Amino acid sequence: MTTQHVPEVPERRTAQRAGEPLLDVRDLTVTYHSGKVPVYAARGVDFALAAGETLGMAGESGSGKTTVAMSLLRLLPAETTVTGEIRFHGEDLLAANWGRMRSVRWAEASVVFQGAMSALNPVRTIGDQIVEPILLHEKVGEKAARARARDLLDSVGVPSRRIASYPHELSGGQRQRVMMAMALACDPHLLIADEPTTALDVIVQAQILGLLTDLVRERGISLIMISHDLSVLASTCDRIAVMYAGRLVETGPSRQVIASPLHPYARALAGAFPTLGDPASRLAPGGLPGDPPDLREEIDGCPFAPRCPEVEDRCRSGVIPLVQHGDRAAACVHVTGYDEAVGHG
Amino acid sequence: MADPTGPVLEARDLAVTFPARRGHPAARAVDGVNLALGRGEVLALIGESGCGKSTLARALVGLIEPNAGEVRYAGQPLRRTRSGLREFRRHVQLVLQDPYGALNPRQNVHDAVAEGLRLHGQRAGLTRRVAAALEQVGMRPPEHFFDRYPHQLSGGQQQRVVIAGALTLGPEVLVADEPVSSLDASVRGEILKLFLNLRDELGLAALVVSHDLGLAWNIADRVAVMYLGRIVEVGTVEEVLLRPQHPYTRALLDAVPSTSDREATAALGGEPPDPTAIPPGCRFHPRCPLRATLPDDRAQLCLTDVPVLAPALHERQVACVHADAAPPTVVSHDPAEVTR
Repeated sequence: MTTQHVPEVPERRTAQRAGEPLLDVRDLTVTYHSGKVPVYAARGVDFALAAGETLGMAGESGSGKTTVAMSLLRLLPAETTVTGEIRFHGEDLLAANWGRMRSVRWAEASVVFQGAMSALNPVRTIGDQIVEPILLHEKVGEKAARARARDLLDSVGVPSRRIASYPHELSGGQRQRVMMAMALACDPHLLIADEPTTALDVIVQAQILGLLTDLVRERGISLIMISHDLSVLASTCDRIAVMYAGRLVETGPSRQVIASPLHPYARALAGAFPTLGDPASRLAPGGLPGDPPDLREEIDGCPFAPRCPEVEDRCRSGVIPLVQHGDRAAACVHVTGYDEAVGHG
Repeated sequence: MADPTGPVLEARDLAVTFPARRGHPAARAVDGVNLALGRGEVLALIGESGCGKSTLARALVGLIEPNAGEVRYAGQPLRRTRSGLREFRRHVQLVLQDPYGALNPRQNVHDAVAEGLRLHGQRAGLTRRVAAALEQVGMRPPEHFFDRYPHQLSGGQQQRVVIAGALTLGPEVLVADEPVSSLDASVRGEILKLFLNLRDELGLAALVVSHDLGLAWNIADRVAVMYLGRIVEVGTVEEVLLRPQHPYTRALLDAVPSTSDREATAALGGEPPDPTAIPPGCRFHPRCPLRATLPDDRAQLCLTDVPVLAPALHERQVACVHADAAPPTVVSHDPAEVTR
């Protein structure tokens, strides 16, 4: 298949109607088939993202947060089954052909991967790597692209004289900045940042988070940031979505989700990272007994039921849907309005 | 006879230098550290990557031979002979960051936990002692786990097995290097609770190395903050984390992501420091936000006077000449020599 000539799709911007979100994900289900048995990594996820909005996806390894984020740009292995709808600018990306996907990636939505050392090509200069997507996606010459690469480096706080450096010549924080410059190279509308600060120290982490916040705000870019650390997400994002075992269990404005989580799992996750000075967590680490569920199995009822301190009989069967409550939502039978919403009221 | 109120483990003027690689100067990873761990105490050693905290931990368990200074156990200097180290390791055990890497993938849980006992020739009641260690780390019933292999365990269970292996010889001290950083958030708290339980039930002291200030708040009695090979501030958790005095400690605390305040304070600039090029005087002075605000004569002190911390158990100490809690001992350098 040749995709060198990318056909123009003139109606692509107009497919998004006024008032519609930039990104609208419905019933997203992702199943991996790489091993002997299927792994149900995402199990019916719904969420929407407005233009300029920042969303933090929280959860532990295996919760499906990275799976969901990578499925948006169809960056998952070929043998993966992805169903549902991913409407980006009103266009269903799951129905788009590969040529169209290639032009969406970088130009309209881009990814900052975790572990900048492995995501960057070690044998090419950082300048060449930033220039590449610009030349590929836009009708600009080498010289103009290089000038933009210099500007981008300056804007992420890497001196532009480093343009001819190789990744190994930079520190971990600088490499992560280069990754951000690459992601911004084609002025995307959406940035997906997958644990962008995981391997970094607190001070460098604070620098990178501050930079990321400024860049998306200045440019009006929508951001999906993935992390297991709620405090990192709360310091960067307007809203937080908490995932567990492939399902969204809670969404809402960051501060509210952190300060008064509705779902028992979100409560446990919030308690895992103490606030310094909070007497409740002094010499009392917040933990959660048990282990996350096996994703190779179908789950009946609430996926968190086996570990939940507030579990009831009705949690153990059927589907516990995400119930909207003002601008917050949670998938838990204990949430106010749950019975009315599911029709038991 | 060892003083029961004195430190159980101590570093005195400890220095570890890694030899130069071609074209690079030698790295002074640990560069004159005085630190004391009390009996039954949990001490958190906090710092960024490259500050020398892991090297210090390894030197404290005898894995690295220091270039200068000494390690003391129960008041006695560690003898670096075969028998001296062997005896020392019964008392002081190391727990590593990545439990999966620390376990042999072809060894089942029983054999992994029994390894220390075997190496020390303590075969009497082996299985009973393995079971007891697994119970202590919360793996019940222990027999249920004997035949499992590391890949059949969750990350939290793997770390429990590693800790159980460290417990079999009845140590007095655990030195744990980032024991929860590879674990998931909800599992993290369970492992930290385990350290507190072991202290309460067995009187076990722990030196926990981490970059995570929240960990110190969760489990430690005292905190030592390390920067570029030296301890810069030490004291109780409340003193150091709530009323920090060293500008570096303040910078670290400012960098903790805030959940309530979206307008973060300006992060400390610059790159993590380089142990092959340690600045003269106070090693934090090139990045120090406090120094930038001082009049010239006071700022000059940062280049010449370096407070020396003692290996004390109960004293708040800050290695900054401008801090209230700066210790009286100060090494002064000739300014001409420093600027040369």
